Formats: sequence, structure tokens, C-alpha cells
Amino acid sequence: MKATREAYGETLVELGREHPEIVVLDADLSSSTMTSKFAKEFPERFFNFGIAEANMMGAAAGLARSGKVPFASTFAVFASGRAYDQVRQSIAYPGFNVKIAASHGGLTVGPDGASHQALEDVALMRVIPGMTVIVPADAEETRQVVRWAAAHDGPVYIRLGRSPVPDVFPQGAKIQPGKASVVKDAKGRGFGEMRPEGERDGLDADVAILANGIMVSKCLEAWEILTAEGIKSVVVDVAFVKPLDEKTLIELAERCGAFVTAEEHSVIGGLGGAVTEFLSENRPCPVVRVGVRDRFGQSGTPEELLVEYGLTPGHVAEAARKAVRLKWAV
Amino acid sequence: MCREVRKNVLIMIGTAGSGHPGGSLSCVEIISTLYFGVMRVKPEDPNWPDRDRFVLSKGHAAPTLYAVLAEKGFFSKDLLPTLRKFGSPLQGHPDAKKTPGVEVSTGSLGQGLSMAVGMALAGKLDRKTYRVWALLGDGECQEGQVWEAAMAASHYKLDNLAAFIDFNGLQIDGRVEEIMNPSPLADKWRAFGWRVLEVDGHDVEALLEAASYASESLGAPTAIIARTVKGKGVSFMEGQREWHGKAPKGEELSRALQEVAKS
Repeated sequence: MKATREAYGETLVELGREHPEIVVLDADLSSSTMTSKFAKEFPERFFNFGIAEANMMGAAAGLARSGKVPFASTFAVFASGRAYDQVRQSIAYPGFNVKIAASHGGLTVGPDGASHQALEDVALMRVIPGMTVIVPADAEETRQVVRWAAAHDGPVYIRLGRSPVPDVFPQGAKIQPGKASVVKDAKGRGFGEMRPEGERDGLDADVAILANGIMVSKCLEAWEILTAEGIKSVVVDVAFVKPLDEKTLIELAERCGAFVTAEEHSVIGGLGGAVTEFLSENRPCPVVRVGVRDRFGQSGTPEELLVEYGLTPGHVAEAARKAVRLKWAV
Repeated sequence: MCREVRKNVLIMIGTAGSGHPGGSLSCVEIISTLYFGVMRVKPEDPNWPDRDRFVLSKGHAAPTLYAVLAEKGFFSKDLLPTLRKFGSPLQGHPDAKKTPGVEVSTGSLGQGLSMAVGMALAGKLDRKTYRVWALLGDGECQEGQVWEAAMAASHYKLDNLAAFIDFNGLQIDGRVEEIMNPSPLADKWRAFGWRVLEVDGHDVEALLEAASYASESLGAPTAIIARTVKGKGVSFMEGQREWHGKAPKGEELSRALQEVAKS
């Protein structure tokens, strides 16, 4: 169990040692976004902009224009909302090489309440041309996508969480950033027990469950529920909401013919939105979205909130049953 | 030089049939002075790492920047009449991806100074001697982000950064002091830790002197408040707010060009 923001902070320090061009920016939240680790080790390459997110994003653009690789961090609600125009105009429009690593995404921020719970950030970032949007599931995937982002030329948005999450990927797992990862196939094989290339029969299932962030481990629990009921499912981690791994989606559409998407985000515009848009134009089949149904969050413990907003393994299983019913109703 | 730039700005906006003549004409001397009397740039190598940087934060004055860049040799003057046309590298507001010599993309006001702060920080970090120059509008100073950037620039002691304020006193809806009064502007910049200078923004000698004052590197950024006339050089545009975002047509354009030619 580790929060993705923690893995981010650690990876930044490693990257800082390897790449002198990496600089880190924060807006008075470095002890929460975990950029404080980098600040401690590389004080001359860390810039705190105070509570001024718009200026931080603009300065990140200027640093990128001057050959630096800036990682700019704050809470997801501020990175995507407060500084939206700066991300759009100053960073993405000229295609500058800025990495926005936003922590405290989703409901599991908990007691701080709706003001601090970003449920729209993935949608806001996804709609910007050229922006890569990544929602890693656990510490290992975070480490790997942060490294990928540092090497990638172009703007990237990485959404991180506040609360510790179970490990989905074993340490050192050969994750291919950009590609959807099957974390549980219909035969019960996990990511660490990869099928030999060509043997894809484990993907033949009644329903494919696509998830990212904290919902990946919830979907693994849902897999158990469904298996006990005799429903065959495949759980796939889709950390890259943009660009989508379209090839894998087509394959899953052919092998399963029904989908569930699950995310700690509004059902509008995030993973569910992206998958639905793609499939409806290319390989129509039922997609049932698990996510927040057009509501603001509220104060509470992460567990209470996940129940209230329909983000538990039980909700995923129910969505899977519905997707299977819809498939046969077509 | 400034006469040539003014002429081209008018022709460009006239040919485009849209654009912002008022605020383009008010900053002709500022941008021309920077590129021809102050900044070290290599037009044949626009991304030369040691170049001085210019950020046009008031992006709607793009025609003036384009005219000066063309004059300087960053691209052919033949491109100037393509301003705002489909497929042209000369977009309505500056696009760093499309136009050689354009450092950043601006147009949504209030963002340029932050980007200039980033460039100046990078310069300090790399121990480079390049300077960063930004140009803001007076109306633009109503944007809160300008003051976030002002705070950061003095906090990080960016004495390699200077900002010109094109103080032409007008914005779209009327006189700046009536719409949302930024006065006392010089005191505000001073209070934010900047060195401040007020000059006549159409006096090239004064602008050169101001730039040399700003280049002293004394541990703080410099704001140069340049008093200007919106629509400068064309009698019927001068001080007229309706010429903020309207293109001169037929007869108006020829009259304007005649006036500029005689100046």
C-alpha cells in the first residue's frame, strides 16, 4: 500500500539525479504533492510559486521554452481548473514540454470536501489538443509513467491520489506506458503471470472491465464477485486516457463484446467518455460507466464517499451484470 | 524604421480586414527599439540558446511584432500581407509553433509575464547572460496573473527581466482609468519590488536609455512604464478607442498610409 503521490515524489528525486534539466515547481503544496523530497535534494532546481497556480503554469511554459523539463505540481482541482487557461494557452497550444503532476485527484481526498475533490480534471485536460492524460493505478505504475513522461516530448497531465492504494503491479513489472495492461484475465492470470505471446484466450470473456487510478484494485475485487457468479471478466488497467490504446479496445470488443469503465471521476468526459466515444464510432457495443454521476463531492472518509458515490467493487460488479445483459439484449 | 513598421502594420491589418491597429501602433517604437537597438538575436538561428528573449504579452499587437521580425530578417516581408489568412504562419495572435522568432504563444491576456519569469529563471539557473523583455498593455495589468508574476520576479531577484508597459490609456470599453483604474501603476510595480522608470514610449532615445537602465542587473526586475498614444501616427486613430479592434478600409487605409509616410 502506497499513495501514488508518494511514488511520484520518490521518482522525481531519482530523475533529478539523472537529468539536470528537470526542474520542479509547486504552489505551496509541496509537502502534500511530495515535491518536497525533490526540493530538499535539489533546492536550486525547485521553485515554489506560492499560492499562485496560474503564474506557476506560465513560468513552467517559459522554463520549457528554455530547454528545461518542468514538473509542475499542485492539487488536481487547481492544476486543471484554476490554471486551465494557462495550461491551454501557455503550455499546450505551443506544445511545450511541461509535465503537470496533479495530486489529490478524486473523492478520496476525503474530509476536505468538494472544493478539493477534482472530479472533472481528466475531462478538462483530455479535451486539450496534444495533451497526454495519465491516471496510474499504483506506486509501481506511477514510477514508470513518471519516467515515461520525463522522456516524452510534449505536455503531459498525470493524476495522482492522496490515499494509499494496494499494489496492482509487481515491482519491476514490464508495463508498457501507453498500452492498456491486462491485470486479470478470464482465467485468473494476473499481470505478473503474463501469457506467452499469441496465447490470448484469457481475453475471451463476458465483459471487459476497464479502469484506472484507485478503481483498478476495486475492479480486481469485482472480478472475484463476478467469477463466483459464473460471469467471466477481464480487468484492464487503462492509465492512458489519452491517447487511448485503441488496438486493445478493438480486440476486447471482439473478444468480450461488452464493457464496464470505472474511474474516480465524473462519468462525463473521463475514461468512460473516451472509451464510449471511441467504441461508438468504431465497434459499437454496450459500455456501462462507473463513476460520479454529475455531482459534486462532500466531506467524509474515502470509504464512506466511495460507497455514497457508487465506486465500490459491488457497484462495478453490478455494472458488469448490466453490460452483459445489454449485450444479449442487442 | 518605425515609419516602415507603421506602414506595414497598417497594410497588414487593412489587407486582413481585421485586427488591432490602436494597440499595435502604440508599441511600434518599443518593439523596434528592442530588436534594433537592444537585443542580441540571430534571425538565421531563431532558437540560438544565448539569444535575448522578447515576450509579447499583449498578443493582439502581433502585427507590430511580425513587422519588426520581418524587418530584422526572421522571415520574408512577403509573408506580411498573409496576416490572419488561412494557412499563414502569421496568426491573429502570436503562435510560437508557426512563426520563427516568436518565443511563446500569447493572446489570452495576462500570461506573458509569467512565461518571461520562467525564461529568466532558466537563464539564472544556466548562468546565461541573456535578458528577457516583456511587453504588457496597461489594460492587461488588470489581470491578476500579472501581479502573481510580478511578485515571483522580484522574489527570485530576476534582474535579467524587464517589462515594458504600453501605457496608452485605452481599452476596448473605454479609458483604462474609467473601466478599472490601475493607478498608481508605477507605485504598484514599486511595491511589488520592481525598479520603475517612466518614459515617453515614442521617444527612441528615451527607450534606449530605459533599456540600459533595466540592464544594470541590480538584483531586481525593472518595469518601464511607457506613456504612449493609442493609434500613434494616424490622426483619426490617435486616442480613439473604436480603433482598438477595427481594420482601416479603402479610403481610411490610404489616408492612414499617407499620414505615416509624411511623419
